[in-house]
Amino acid sequence: MPVLTVREALQQALHEAMADERTFIIGEDIGHYGSTYGVTAGFLEKYGPERIRDAPIAEAGIAGLAVGAAMAGMRPIAEIMSVNFSLLAFDMIINHAAKIYSMFGGKFSVPLVLRTTNGWTQLSATHSQSFDSMFAHIPGLKVVAPATPADMKGMFRAAMADPDPVIFIEHTLMYGVKGEVPEGDYIVPIGKSVLAREGRHITVVTYSRMVHLSLQAADILAKEGIEVEIVDLRTLRPLDMSVALESFKKTNRAVVVTEDWQSYGTSAEIATRLYEQGFDYLDAPIQRVNFREVPMPYAKNLEQQVVVTTERIVAAIKKVLNRS
Amino acid sequence: MQKRRGATQAKVPAANSLRSIMTSTPFSRARDHLGDAQLVELYRQMMLIRRFEEKCQEMYTRAKIGGFLHLYVGEEATGVGAISNLQPQDHIFTHYRDHGHAIARGLNINELMAELFGKDTGTSHGMGGSMHFADITKNFWGGYAIVGSHLLLADGVALACQMQKTNGVVMVFFGDGATNGGEFYESLNFAQLWKLPVVFVCENNLYAMGTPIEVHSSVKEIYRKASAFDMKAMRIDGNDLLTVREQVAEAVEYARSGQGPVLVEAMTYRFRGHSAQDTQKYRSKEDVEQHRSNDPVLIFRKELIDAGVSSAADIDALDATIDEQVEAAVRFADESDVPGNEWLTDSGIYAAPLATATVDPDLV
Repeated sequence: MPVLTVREALQQALHEAMADERTFIIGEDIGHYGSTYGVTAGFLEKYGPERIRDAPIAEAGIAGLAVGAAMAGMRPIAEIMSVNFSLLAFDMIINHAAKIYSMFGGKFSVPLVLRTTNGWTQLSATHSQSFDSMFAHIPGLKVVAPATPADMKGMFRAAMADPDPVIFIEHTLMYGVKGEVPEGDYIVPIGKSVLAREGRHITVVTYSRMVHLSLQAADILAKEGIEVEIVDLRTLRPLDMSVALESFKKTNRAVVVTEDWQSYGTSAEIATRLYEQGFDYLDAPIQRVNFREVPMPYAKNLEQQVVVTTERIVAAIKKVLNRS
Repeated sequence: MQKRRGATQAKVPAANSLRSIMTSTPFSRARDHLGDAQLVELYRQMMLIRRFEEKCQEMYTRAKIGGFLHLYVGEEATGVGAISNLQPQDHIFTHYRDHGHAIARGLNINELMAELFGKDTGTSHGMGGSMHFADITKNFWGGYAIVGSHLLLADGVALACQMQKTNGVVMVFFGDGATNGGEFYESLNFAQLWKLPVVFVCENNLYAMGTPIEVHSSVKEIYRKASAFDMKAMRIDGNDLLTVREQVAEAVEYARSGQGPVLVEAMTYRFRGHSAQDTQKYRSKEDVEQHRSNDPVLIFRKELIDAGVSSAADIDALDATIDEQVEAAVRFADESDVPGNEWLTDSGIYAAPLATATVDPDLV
């Protein structure tokens, strides 16, 4: 199987999507600039300005035009360069994309895929956030955050085939991550979680970039004889807890790792589901590893203390094991 | 408000001679162009909106209708006149004061009343209510309740029309109060930048909810806001049905020809409060009464009779038929079933529900 980066896998997925003539891409700096993270590099030259639409810096407009076009039979891909900017499009995403199907009695839907990125690299307070829980909180949206190149491609295809609005969350620090990617057309379904690593001592439930950090933590702990099982949720809404619960029933211990603030974040929902549906199997309190709850500082020494690191995951796993 | 009948920008649809151009009015030109029966039809639409909404107020008072109820009473000429220019392949977006536009587009009033009553037979199965009438079979994409938001959706449908080469035009209605927020400016910029076939119809009724235009907008003549985008714009008398029809016709044809969007500012007035619960402390009864003397429905009724298009007796008979239809709509709504609980499950939320339920099945 070919080994591709996340960026290359996404490029393949987007080219596949463009084979449907109803599809166009709308976003900031996707064309003339050459694409901020390189995903749509070369697309303008190949597909032309009608279908690769460089938009003004107007996020509500980018999302809103895509919602409207989707209602009227197109299959648009809207790109919000950074999830931080999506706040300016929340009216379109939450009040419109998520509501239109049910509010109008199921008479029409919004087959929109909205790509956006989490991430941080000394970008300070307004460029380093994650709003996963805010999207996943909303009935009417489907929210995916794949971790591997293969899942990026397969879930993007699933998102494009879906008649509902899908928020497709990428990560700026993951575009270079490599992995095997099947050739040809395939779909990785929305709403199906998967085991990323087998183990028998403790379950780590996570998604997106944190899957890779959790795998590194598991490698470190394996040398000490601790076998960590890792569940990659892949989709945040609808949340498939079946794989995590099966694992939890086996290990009786869990750590939840998410790259957002802890209070009211995605880890709160995941841990609650484990408590509610796995209480009888619980041997120790669940630990969570997340951003420290401050606006992201610029200074590198401080930023490193805010973000999730392999060391913090290792420490959390040991803490849970020591308490059981 | 000043009447601006026969404004200089008007096109002349069926002028036979210089004399007829010089002496013609929007009424005479429309009569030549449309014929008497069509003029009566436009009156019928306005009166149907009026009587439907008077019945809505009554049903609201009797608690048959819940939530907010925003009536269009007084603004009928703008909606009916503007929408009369649209073809079946054209599209409409509107705001939460959407009853008039829905009826002008020919939505079934039984289904509209049922929607207000929260019934399964409603246009949106009772999921939307007064602010969210829609009928996709008529390209009526609905009323939207976040002020200014739907202008961007209208741009999106216009972009689809342009890319699909349907020759369709999108008409989007909004109030003066919608022209101060960012979504208005984004939508105008996108539309002009990409020459989207959109006719923006601002119904300037002088109030953003209860805040007068002098208090809410730095520019009082809304149509001038288009100049920042090099966009074609016009200000028209929104209370004169056939002036609206004639002027908006020009805007629709301009948009359809691919030259780009147009901003139309229609000067009008809402006779009722912002919503059924509004005590209207922000304006005097005298002001309202003065505007009521300029009632667009009654003015057009008188014009039809004075010009001999229809007799008073025939108009009275038409009014009686409208009343019967409205009563029938109430009976239909009353007798309809309420929507089922499937609307509370994933199948009511998603076009493609997934195996993994997002709704907790054990919710107690």
